[in-house]
Amino acid sequence: MATIVEPTIFELSSPGRLGVTMPASDVPTTALPPKNLLRSELPLPELAEVDVVRHYTKLSKFNYGVDDGFYPLGSCTMKYNPKINEDTCRLPGFLYTHPLQPIETVQGNLVLMYELQEWLKEITGFEGMTLQPAAGAHGEFTGVLMMAAYHKSRGDAKRTKMLIPDAAHGTNPASAGMLGFSVVTIPSDARGNVDLKALEAACDDTVVGMMLTNPNTLGMFDEHIEEVIALVHKCGGLMYGDGANLNALLGIVRPGDLGFDVMHINLHKTFSVPHGGGGPGSGPVGVSERLLDFLPSPLVDIIEDGDDEMEPLYGFVTPKKSIGRMKAFHGHFGGGLVRAYTYISMHGPDGLKDISQYAVLNANYLQAKLRSTYTIPYDRICMHEFVAEGQFAGSDVRALDIAKRLMDYKFHPPTNYFPLIVHEALMIEPTETENKDTLDRFADALIKIAEEAKTQPELLHNAPLTTPFGRMDEVKAARELVLCCWLPENYETLT
Amino acid sequence: MTYIPISPNERDAMLKTVGVKSLDALFDAVPQKHRFPELDLPPALTEMEAASLLSEMANTNENVREHLISFLGAGAYNHYIPSVVDHILRRGEFYTAYTPYQPEISQGTLQAIFEYQSLMTNLTGMEVSNASHYDGATATAEAVSLAFAQFRGKRKKVVMSPAVHPQYREVVRTYTQGMGLEEVGDDVSIDPEVEPDAMMSLVDENTMLVVVQYPDFFGRIYDYTKLVEDAHAKGSLVCIVANPTAMVMLKTPAEMGADVVVGEAQPFGIPLWYGGPYLGFFTTKKSYVHKMAGRLIGETVDNRGQRSYVLTLTAREQHIKRERATSNICSNQGLLALAAAVYMSTLGKTGLQQVANLCYQKAHYAATELSKIDGFGLCFSDPFFHEFVLCCPKSGSEVNEYLLDHGILGGYDLGKDYPSLENHILMAFTEMNSKQEIDTLVEVLKEME
Repeated sequence: MATIVEPTIFELSSPGRLGVTMPASDVPTTALPPKNLLRSELPLPELAEVDVVRHYTKLSKFNYGVDDGFYPLGSCTMKYNPKINEDTCRLPGFLYTHPLQPIETVQGNLVLMYELQEWLKEITGFEGMTLQPAAGAHGEFTGVLMMAAYHKSRGDAKRTKMLIPDAAHGTNPASAGMLGFSVVTIPSDARGNVDLKALEAACDDTVVGMMLTNPNTLGMFDEHIEEVIALVHKCGGLMYGDGANLNALLGIVRPGDLGFDVMHINLHKTFSVPHGGGGPGSGPVGVSERLLDFLPSPLVDIIEDGDDEMEPLYGFVTPKKSIGRMKAFHGHFGGGLVRAYTYISMHGPDGLKDISQYAVLNANYLQAKLRSTYTIPYDRICMHEFVAEGQFAGSDVRALDIAKRLMDYKFHPPTNYFPLIVHEALMIEPTETENKDTLDRFADALIKIAEEAKTQPELLHNAPLTTPFGRMDEVKAARELVLCCWLPENYETLT
Repeated sequence: MTYIPISPNERDAMLKTVGVKSLDALFDAVPQKHRFPELDLPPALTEMEAASLLSEMANTNENVREHLISFLGAGAYNHYIPSVVDHILRRGEFYTAYTPYQPEISQGTLQAIFEYQSLMTNLTGMEVSNASHYDGATATAEAVSLAFAQFRGKRKKVVMSPAVHPQYREVVRTYTQGMGLEEVGDDVSIDPEVEPDAMMSLVDENTMLVVVQYPDFFGRIYDYTKLVEDAHAKGSLVCIVANPTAMVMLKTPAEMGADVVVGEAQPFGIPLWYGGPYLGFFTTKKSYVHKMAGRLIGETVDNRGQRSYVLTLTAREQHIKRERATSNICSNQGLLALAAAVYMSTLGKTGLQQVANLCYQKAHYAATELSKIDGFGLCFSDPFFHEFVLCCPKSGSEVNEYLLDHGILGGYDLGKDYPSLENHILMAFTEMNSKQEIDTLVEVLKEME
């Protein structure tokens, strides 16, 4: 039997225990529906409030968040999440507005959405912006749907090929796959750029477009970005930008100016919306002029102009050839849009540029400190992240071991085994919200681990040793598929 | 305001280590003509100024706790959220963590989501729950994808009840526009006399999925057991889109034989928040687990013999399978799944039953009283839970406008989606609506000319 460190909420249950209760009914009683429409049992836990609080508090201590320490997870932009965001997104005026209220009663929400749309357009250089997508992958799907709709509207049915570099996130091919497009992988060249010859060879009149992350997952800004975009445009394709790495570009360059046609933005990366242990995210999508009519519906717009005495009236509009609705209601308003709005309002143009400059400085500083110990396969000035090889000649230590050992030094590991084009990849993104001391300590830890790999490799193979839990048996999880738990036997059924 | 913890001296030392002269010099790879654009944005605010600005914007709204009496539901419900929920959610260890890719230091998220999965399977009666989807609408679309995968694209027809939330039906159409499907059944020229399973005649050997809602969009409780049997007889799967609060009281969709049960778990501890983020739940039978999208947490042990939890069956997912993945989903609604788990745990079996009963009682009291007013009446005679269609002497939009003038957020104007229901509004009641509020509604409507 496995040791139970913390029982489940079901195991903690005791019949008859009460948590938060509701007031008695203040209306005359109506009989319940006939018994054949009612459930016969409700096997849910019974606990007191204190039981619940202690349980989840204990669980929280098994976690590691940005508030606990350095979290250099490449391509995830785990920056500090300002506390003020937590307060603004919980203002009663935002918390307690219903998504179907008449627009006249929610002008505050609509102004916020409209201004955020305009700000994101200005930051990215796009002509249009939807705030509806719920996350980055959802935004990608939105973007790919618009690309498909654009070609379809022109009667251009033969385009079925999506060009995707080998360094791309897995979501890119998956999004293209959802529309039934075939994926053509474009290799990277020796400097980490898109291989122009390979791209040129793949460009023909069957290309839907290209999905490019720039800077890419190697942390490299493509040195021929304008040529890449020109090639795709020349064959009639559209240029999709994966905005996962936008944290390197604020006030540095606008993807719209470079010629991208469509790009999603991860508000939970670049604009400080917390990751929440896996979500909710928020993935607005910007488009160039030719895709404006295809944006999802509805969009926020001014529907009645204001004048000296009257504020304009904000409301919803449906683009002419809209791909339709991506989710119910209006996007991740409270958790995503309000936090991002707060964050941008506190930065202004110069503050945004600082974010990217320091994100890039921190990455280059770490890269410089690690260069003599770890192989950096694409070694030039990087953007906000870089990729090192987590392996050493003559050693059986792997990137996974290094990642796990870092936990013993109280750091969250970098992303590992991604991108796929680097052996034993360690993808390191420090973000701008780390100080020099933290970066120095992290570099020292990685240098020390490299030494341990030579002298005490078993230490790395067995790591982590100082965390509350050790390495997991993932095969057992997949083989036995225990996906939920139940109340202990003999709980009371309903009467 | 800045969150960058680097002093000018430190910056200069770091630039020296990197070997560049200035911050700007880090960006030589960026085409010069587009480098460093001047952004036309308002100047930066301090925290104090931002707090004040946001507060002002929020106060411009009329909200359902401070300004308006609300009877609006239609997919988003005003429920009481126990204080505990937000206290747990505000723990930085939870909300500032990433997806639990490193299980050794993510057991908090992993066990909490495992418990969420367990709570949802026990509520719906189904065998498996994933770690959640963006919302109820996208969860419904993912059910279509599951069915499509189950039949390997050989069946192409989806039969959707017109009494599924109109926005959910829209999202299903958006999601599936590249799949070459035929979507039928949701003819919106609703005849109130017709049973909710009238579209069953459309189910044939090419049908991969039948989608119904429970209680349906009009609030009706209908036992789908027969419908499920008939659909299964044609080889089709059945997805029931269910309201979680209603399921606390009602026969489970699993008992009716549903293959997939999805829905919107916003009523479980998530604020209205002008529509999001919410929490799409997705439960199914174990036999479909490999076709299911989304994250999944499974139990295992660590190398110290401790029970622990990991992301499992990841081979279905985008970061492994790329273009052959079940879906492109990368995130789930992690923090909100935690909210739902804490909500369900804090109220527990008894508290949840109280909530469900209050919703039911208030709605039925309101229905009785509203039916007494001349010109008003209940549109359907079927049993209902906490929502019903009120037939009005004027158009829904006129009634709502009148109510709003009296500080009341009326129901959902059904005429927007169903031309035959122009004079009908969908009204929702929860434990938050006092008798006094309901009496006010009745009084105000009595005065309507």
